[in-house]
Order: sequence, then structure tokens, then C-alpha cells
Amino acid sequence: MAAVNTSVPDGRTRPPRPSARSRRARPSPVSALRWAVLIVIGGYLLLPLLAMAEFSTRGTATGRSLDAWREIGSNADLLGAITMSLELSALTVVATLILLVPTMTWVHLRVPRMRRLVEFACLLPLTIPAIVLVVGIGPIYLWVNYLLGDSPLTLTFVYVILVLPYAHRAIDGGLGSADIVTLAEAARSLGASWPRVLVNIVLPNIRGAVISASIISVALVLGEFTVASLLNFDTLQVVINLLGKRDAAVSVAVSAAALLFAFVLLYALAQVASRRPGTVAADATEEGPTP
Amino acid sequence: MTTDIADSSPTDRLAERPGAAVQLVGLHRSFGKVRALDGLSLDVAAGEFVALLGPSGCGKTTALRALAGLDELDSGRILVGGQDITRLSSNRRGMGMVFQAYSLFPTMTARDNVAYGLRLRGVGTRTRRRRAEELLELVGLASHAVHYPHQLSGGQQQRVALARALAVQPEVLLLDEPLSALDAKVRAQLRDEIRRIQLDVGITTLFVTHDQEEALAVADRVGVLHAGRLEQIARPGDLYDRPRTAFVAEFVGLSNPLRGRARSGELGLLGTRLPLLPGSAFEGPVRAFVRPESVTVDPVPDQDQGHGAPIGRVLSVSFLGSLCRVRIQLPDQDPVLAQIPKAEAARLSPGSPVRVTIRPVPVFAEPA
Ligand SMILES: Nc1ncnc2c1ncn2[C@@H]1O[C@H](COP(=O)(O)OP(=O)(O)OP(=O)(O)O)[C@@H](O)[C@H]1O
Ligand SMILES: [Mg+2]
Repeated sequence: MAAVNTSVPDGRTRPPRPSARSRRARPSPVSALRWAVLIVIGGYLLLPLLAMAEFSTRGTATGRSLDAWREIGSNADLLGAITMSLELSALTVVATLILLVPTMTWVHLRVPRMRRLVEFACLLPLTIPAIVLVVGIGPIYLWVNYLLGDSPLTLTFVYVILVLPYAHRAIDGGLGSADIVTLAEAARSLGASWPRVLVNIVLPNIRGAVISASIISVALVLGEFTVASLLNFDTLQVVINLLGKRDAAVSVAVSAAALLFAFVLLYALAQVASRRPGTVAADATEEGPTP
Repeated sequence: MTTDIADSSPTDRLAERPGAAVQLVGLHRSFGKVRALDGLSLDVAAGEFVALLGPSGCGKTTALRALAGLDELDSGRILVGGQDITRLSSNRRGMGMVFQAYSLFPTMTARDNVAYGLRLRGVGTRTRRRRAEELLELVGLASHAVHYPHQLSGGQQQRVALARALAVQPEVLLLDEPLSALDAKVRAQLRDEIRRIQLDVGITTLFVTHDQEEALAVADRVGVLHAGRLEQIARPGDLYDRPRTAFVAEFVGLSNPLRGRARSGELGLLGTRLPLLPGSAFEGPVRAFVRPESVTVDPVPDQDQGHGAPIGRVLSVSFLGSLCRVRIQLPDQDPVLAQIPKAEAARLSPGSPVRVTIRPVPVFAEPA
């Protein structure tokens, strides 16, 4: 308590640092560099988007037209593919988390010497080119399709594997950052079963990591083309590609829309992730006088 | 049951379940080649406060974790209230534990942390809230119920951890150096508070520490661990005055190892005959452990040299407030530390000749 009370006036009365003053007088080389980097990268990323916007709104004869964008809403194939890809990403996220979170938590808490092995197994998909992967799992998919039907949703199995390396990294970071082992032991000594430890203690503490694992998974599934195309499933990217051969403007419009959509989705997820319990209360209570 | 809770004080409520006796029988645990526990046996009476003291790496944490069920044993048995719990999993042992590292759940408020054990036991929301608040009051943090751990100081966090451990009314409370991350003043304050609460609640408590002042100040009995075994367990005063092994004599408090000769249970040392403690070497050349406060120092006038007790020279004098420590070089001995009142030390300065005698209190000696 005392520490909080004394540190606040301290911080307020401290004179402004000399570096802060000189920065106001003339831009320091650091901030100039920062802006330069920002502009270059911004241009690099924005230019294709602007080009897409320009191309997809080119009218037939004169002026601009939104025909290509309207086409998105009326093309049944396209709408089907969009829904399919969204369902796929949701399924992939759920399956990945159900597979990874309990496994990694268990390894982290109970058999830490297995961590390297699990990490290795999860990173393997990175080293296998998509084409090799598809050739390898082609025969398996014959069985999958025979047993589960030939819905594109069966792609979930491959996508879980593709997503593994990224999801593993994110969750591993989360487990490593809080002292999960001690927290779990505290919960155990209070009488918590292992499932309770997972739900009450581990999950809330690696929430941010779980959400970033989900973000990466969604982004990857929405953008995946190779595997879906080679296995002959009509996902969003596959349909965009087909469309591109018939009507380039519509194809580009869909691509731009998909990008925007993914951006909004990821932004929303990131917002959820950054809302931590306790931070609001923290600001409120530290303002008031502490008894 | 619920009606009389309302008007009883928190400690009355807690006292409903007094502590259970704990027995550790021949605990063995190795990590590779390291024998963390090497036949540790210990009996703790119901409601007793026992401190486990020992140097770093002697197996204190391993013993406590084995008792809590957080680590497995190679062999040995653990009994609580006469029941063998060696094979019971940690979440069924019903022991309260406070860890050295801060271990509050970061996503829960102080009150929710304290109430968590009750939540696991299916206690209703209102009852467990009230219980949690009673316990926070017991540890002096009633006004911090809705604070999150990161809003609490280290000392406050450990208080909440203590409240959380007590909330489930355990029969045994385990404390693994709960104060080691705190500064000296908070440490002393919190350790006395732990003792007060322990006496109120009557819970059997094992308190692990490597700080002997902490152990001697609060415990009913102090057990000294060395290399995975119990060297000695005794009341603090006995441990200090009547050590049973050389390790305890050297480890607890300050000791001067002095060379002397034992004959039929008595020790001749610097011209004094001292009784020997049980367990000592009774014959032949020995190394005896003499407390600094048992060493008396008298300045000698120059013409007096050569008679009686041996003459030493003062090496240094250091002030500790009302007392002083004087280091003296004696012939045929390592430098001796004496603890004397400040007034006496004023007559001494480095280099001055002094006569050193030993008070005839019982000492421990090992064969030299
Ligand atoms: N999980 C482990 N793996 C390997 N060795 C271990 C493990 N836990 C403890 N040890 C070893 O066992 C011995 C006893 O450790 P322990 O933690 O019980 O010591 P301690 O008395 O609590 O020490 P400290 O006062 O430093 O906490 C040490 O030599 C330690 O290196
Ligand atoms: Mg320890």
C-alpha cells in the first residue's frame, strides 16, 4: 500500500526528462526512421488493396460500377463457399484447442521432459510441403470420405495438422508466461481435480494465448488454397480461383472482401483477448486513497 | 449449523476442526543421484507448530511436498490422524499449503481466491463469500476483498494465500518459506501473525524455513534437517542449549569450535572443567562447541602475564547495540568469538591482551 502511495507523487513531481524536451524541438533521427518504416510497409500492404479496389470497381464503359461487388451477394456458389470456409475455420479452431490445450497442459504440469517431443511433433507439419502432405493423405481421405461423407468439412482433419505449429507456439508461450505449475499445485492442494484445474486455473490464465492460437488458425484456414484445391473441395479460396478464370472483377472483389472480413474478425478477436479481468478494477482502486 | 455461525468470530468457526497428528516414517526420495530425503522420520503432535530448519538443499521442500502429495516418494509412509495417506492424491489430502512463490490465482479477486476451496466443495455462493470475508478479516485484509493479486503487496498476497489455505479448514497447514520474498520488517510481523492465527485455530502446522531466527521465534519445536534426515527435534531453547550433534551445534546459533580434552564425561578447556552433553565424545581429544555468550573476557595488566588462564589478543571488536562481539586469538586455537556487554567491551581494543575463560555450562563435543 505504502509503495503505491509514495510512488504516485514521485512520478508526478519528477521534472520532464531532457530527452522529451529535445524531441519536441526537432524530430529525432529515431522517430524519422520510425515514420519511414511505417510509410514503406504501409504502402507495401495498402497498394495491392487499393489496386484491388480500383480493378473491381472498373465500369464497362464510363465511370465506376459496383457490379462485381453485387455479384458476391447473388452468386450461390460463392455464398456456399464462404459459409463452408467459416464453418471449417470454426471447426478447426475447436478441434485444435480440444486437442492441444489439455495435452500441452498435461505435459507442462506432469511430464515436462516430454515437452521437446511434443514441440517437435507439432512443428513437423511446417517442414512438409503441402503437396507432399496431400499425396500422403490422399489415400486416407478416400477412407475418410467413405466413412464420413465427402463434405468439405472433412478438411478439418488436415487443417488441424496445418495449424498445429502455430497454435502450439501460441499456447506454449501462454503456459510459460504464468507460473502455471505453482498455481495448479495450489489448486490441487485446495482439492481441485485435474479437469477443474484445467478449466478454473489454466484456461483463464492462458486466455490470451488461446485466443491468439484461434486467430492464427482462423486466418490460416480462411486463406488456405493448396490442400483444398488438390483434394477437390470447394472452399472460399478455391472458388475465388475458379471465378477468377471466368470473371476477374468478381474474383478480385471477393478477394478484397475476404481480406476485409478476415481483418475485422481478427481485430474483434484481438479486442476480446486484450480485455483482461482485473485491469478495470485496478485503475479504479488505485486512484482512490488506500486505507 | 448455519445459525450460530453468524454471530461467532472467524476463529471460533475455524476451531471446529482442530489439527491432526502427523507422522512421517522413513521417507526416501532421490532425484537421480541426489538423495533429497534419506530416511526422514518425524512425529508432529496434533495442534503443534513445528518448524523445519536446515541449509539450502537439505530436503525441506521435498518433505513438505511429499506430505502435501505434490511429489511422489520412493519409500516411506505418511500418516495423518493415524490414517495412512501415502497413496492419496493431493486433492484429497485436505491440507492447506502456502507456497514460497506467490501463488494466488491472478484472474480471481482476493475473496474469490480464498473462496475457491469452498467452491470446489460445493458451498453456496453466499456462505462462501461470508466465509472468505471472515478469513480475510482474520489475516487483516478485510478491506482488500475485491482486489486482484497484482494490486496487493507481497506481504498481502501471502496473507491472502494463508487465508485461502485456512478456508477449507484443513487438519494440517504446510508453509514452505512463505516469508522469504518479504523484507525483514514484514517478515517478522507476519511470522508472529501466523503464530497467533495458528494458536487461535489450533491447526497442526509445519513451517519450513532456512532462517533460524524465524524458526526459533515461533515454533513449539524446531526440527533440524541435514542431508535428507532429521538431525534433532527439540524445543527452541533445548535446541540451542543442548544440541545433540555437531551439525546442530554449529548450524543453530553461533558456536566456537575449540580444541580440548575429555576425560570421563568432563571436558577440560582453557583451564575450566565443563560438563558434556549426552551424545558427546567422552574421552580423548575433542572439538567442543562453545557459545559466544559463554566466553568471558578480562583485560590483563601487563605485569600479570604468565599466570592462570591463557592470554589471548583481541583481533577485533564489533558493536551490536547493547552487546558486542569480540574476536580473540588464543594460542593453539582458532580465533574465538565472545559476546559481552558493551560496557566491558569499551575497555578492549584490537591488540590488547585478555584472559579468556569459559563458563561451566554443558557443551557438545565431537571427537577431534
Ligand atoms: N524436481 C527435482 N529434480 C531434481 N532434483 C531435485 C528436485 N527437487 C529437489 N531436488 C534436489 O533435492 C535436494 C533437496 O531439495 P529441496 O528443494 O527439498 O531443498 P530445500 O531444503 O527446500 O532447499 P531450499 O532451502 O533451498 O529451498 C536438492 O539437492 C535439490 O537439488
Ligand atoms: Mg525449499
